[in-house]
Amino acid sequence: MTWEVLIGGMLVVFLVVYALTGGADFGAGVWDLFARGPLAEKQRHLISKAMGPIWEANHVWLIAIIVVLFINFPKAFAQLATALHIPLTMMLVGIVMRGSAFVFRDYDQAAARLTWSRFFSVSSIATPVMLGICLAAISSGTLPFDAAGEFSGSYLSDWCSWFTVAFGLLTLAVFAFLAATYLTTRTPDRELQECFRRRALSAALVTAVLAWVAHFAAAAEAPGFIQRFANHRAWLPFQIGMALIGIAAFGLLVTRRYRLAQLAAGAQASWMILGWALAQFPYLIAGQTSVYDAAAPQNVLQTTFWVFVVGSCLLVPSMAYLYRVFAFNQVPDRS
Amino acid sequence: MSDLLAARCQMAMSLAFHINFAIVGIGMPLLMIIAEWRWLKTRDPVYLELARRWAKGTAIMFAVGAVSGTVLSFELGLLWPRFMAFAGPVIGLPFAMEGFAFFLEAIFLGIYLYGWDRVPEKVHWFAGFMVMICGTLSGVFVVTANAWMNAPTGFDLVDGLPANIQPWTAMWGPAAPTQTAHMTVAAFQALAFAVAAIHAWVLLKRGSNPFHRKALSIALVVACVTGLVQPIVGDLSAKMVAEMQPVKLAAMEGHWHTEKGAALRIGGWPDETAEETRYSLDIPYLLSILAFADPQAEVKGLKDFPVEDRPPVAVTHIAFQVMIGLGTLMALTAVIVLLAWWKKPEYLTHPRMLKLLIINGPAGVLAVQAGWIVTEVGRQPWVVHGYLRTADAVTPMPGVQYSLMLFTALYFLLGWVVVALLKRQVFQTLPAKDTEAS
Repeated sequence: MTWEVLIGGMLVVFLVVYALTGGADFGAGVWDLFARGPLAEKQRHLISKAMGPIWEANHVWLIAIIVVLFINFPKAFAQLATALHIPLTMMLVGIVMRGSAFVFRDYDQAAARLTWSRFFSVSSIATPVMLGICLAAISSGTLPFDAAGEFSGSYLSDWCSWFTVAFGLLTLAVFAFLAATYLTTRTPDRELQECFRRRALSAALVTAVLAWVAHFAAAAEAPGFIQRFANHRAWLPFQIGMALIGIAAFGLLVTRRYRLAQLAAGAQASWMILGWALAQFPYLIAGQTSVYDAAAPQNVLQTTFWVFVVGSCLLVPSMAYLYRVFAFNQVPDRS
Repeated sequence: MSDLLAARCQMAMSLAFHINFAIVGIGMPLLMIIAEWRWLKTRDPVYLELARRWAKGTAIMFAVGAVSGTVLSFELGLLWPRFMAFAGPVIGLPFAMEGFAFFLEAIFLGIYLYGWDRVPEKVHWFAGFMVMICGTLSGVFVVTANAWMNAPTGFDLVDGLPANIQPWTAMWGPAAPTQTAHMTVAAFQALAFAVAAIHAWVLLKRGSNPFHRKALSIALVVACVTGLVQPIVGDLSAKMVAEMQPVKLAAMEGHWHTEKGAALRIGGWPDETAEETRYSLDIPYLLSILAFADPQAEVKGLKDFPVEDRPPVAVTHIAFQVMIGLGTLMALTAVIVLLAWWKKPEYLTHPRMLKLLIINGPAGVLAVQAGWIVTEVGRQPWVVHGYLRTADAVTPMPGVQYSLMLFTALYFLLGWVVVALLKRQVFQTLPAKDTEAS
């Protein structure tokens, strides 16, 4: 394995972890918007308490992705930041609003809480959609660059298509599915468990539908993406795995085995991202810039890798402790 | 407005916004763990209450700091893609380390803020300690990247791109030690003076009480130490500028003619068309002494540099004067506070002393802002000094001014909300609680 592939793999791992942790935090924001009826307050309370201690740490995975990208694949980073300037900016505004509104809601007076809740949930919905649009745009093969690698598009029409929007919505649905599944394990309250179980099941169905929609939209608008996918030798095992994990997650939710359902949901999201990464390989920007084209000199890749190995020795135990104290425990009831 | 100017404004605004939160993230944990350490030692509940109240204010600031920092990491590419394509591999190392430091900071902050009743108290204190260490390191790493932009090293230029990159050499370039020391001290100093002023204000308005007195003493210890250390560290930093970026030093001083035994200019207005600095108070030989520790040393003037290589002189000079003025004010205040403390501790809560501290409140934060204006505007027209011009690094995307408007509106909204929330935190919640505590 070359260093380029190793660092590229690191990016995929970070993306998976970000989806499973930070992504689920965005998904929780979706359920905040859907919090209705007599349980609404309890749902919001659970979401707040479950996210509070961990969301900032979860968020850092995104920064890790950006940093690894610009150190090791500077050319691709410059191309992406130029071509996707507008959707990335919109995603950033979403990130800023989500994080700020989440803390403001906790600290502002009662009268303002509902307003901040709305800001929080609307930005939690917009951000993953923009993230999905960016991911779809880089795999669509429709971003135009000239021979020198300079972006030659229009900054708007190149990334805005049915395929990218469907992919954005799919990302949102996956995050919402993860969040609802996690939340069933975070409360001892049966009523709340049932409520998030129903939400997880509906999110799973929506995810399945959107996956097909995105597939058809891709066939029409980004045929390259579908071809790379369908011609890949891992295509069949991938599809079978996808179906099996999906059925398992659904079945475990139906039979109320929440702890296992949480694992299956995580596995499904990871599987989807790994499939996307396989179809993408070795390209960072499909058809344009591969990990080999964009790579910084070898010693830079090596240094980054070893810094991350050493850093992980500090990071992993700390993260495990944080999760042991907060995330793997049930949130105590309000009373 | 040109796209270049819009991009520079947006970057400047994003940095100016974020640095306030970065300062809080670095400085507050120190105050919190001092208070919590006093609580563990003395079991005086006022200290525990103090640590908890400070932590609550910090939580808001930290969250806004985390997201505004994310904006910056993206903006490096969104606004300056060619800078990142050039510099990414060379100065990526400190950014990778900053990533880890920030990661650990966020993890331990989660434990600290939400773990009061869930982890053992010594673990809790340790979490606070780690937040401080990681916050400080994260600031240090980011500043090393900036130091490289001022004094680039650790690579060779081949066909306009860096080759033979040595990441460790680039990271610990000549400007890194002094610049990181200067900013680290500044962060603790700005925060400590601001916190001291807030508690002084409450003491002045609501009368003496143990809660705010203890808060004030802790903040003043940090303020006095940093206020007195800073002039020394700042002088070292200026000497490094004199060595590595003579044109920046000349702009900071509004110094046009190369001369031996150069005078230090205080105040004044640099006229960039007439190429002279008017209305300044000149102290003979002092610039040569300060910059090169030799009264006869030659200090290069702006006229020795081609016009297209000079930074905006007036902005750089005035920002530098503001920073030095505020630094001097804080150093003198530190001396007065220490004298008062030594003579009679009650003097510390004398209304005149409280008023002096309130005046000093914004001084540190303003000095940090002014200092960064000196660093960044003084490096123009370069983004990487001597290698890459800012104009060549900017995004080719048209219409950057719309992005600037968007972020201006966003930051105004956030700034306004944060100030309103903190104000309520300080003035409404505390007094009810401190009667309990006393």
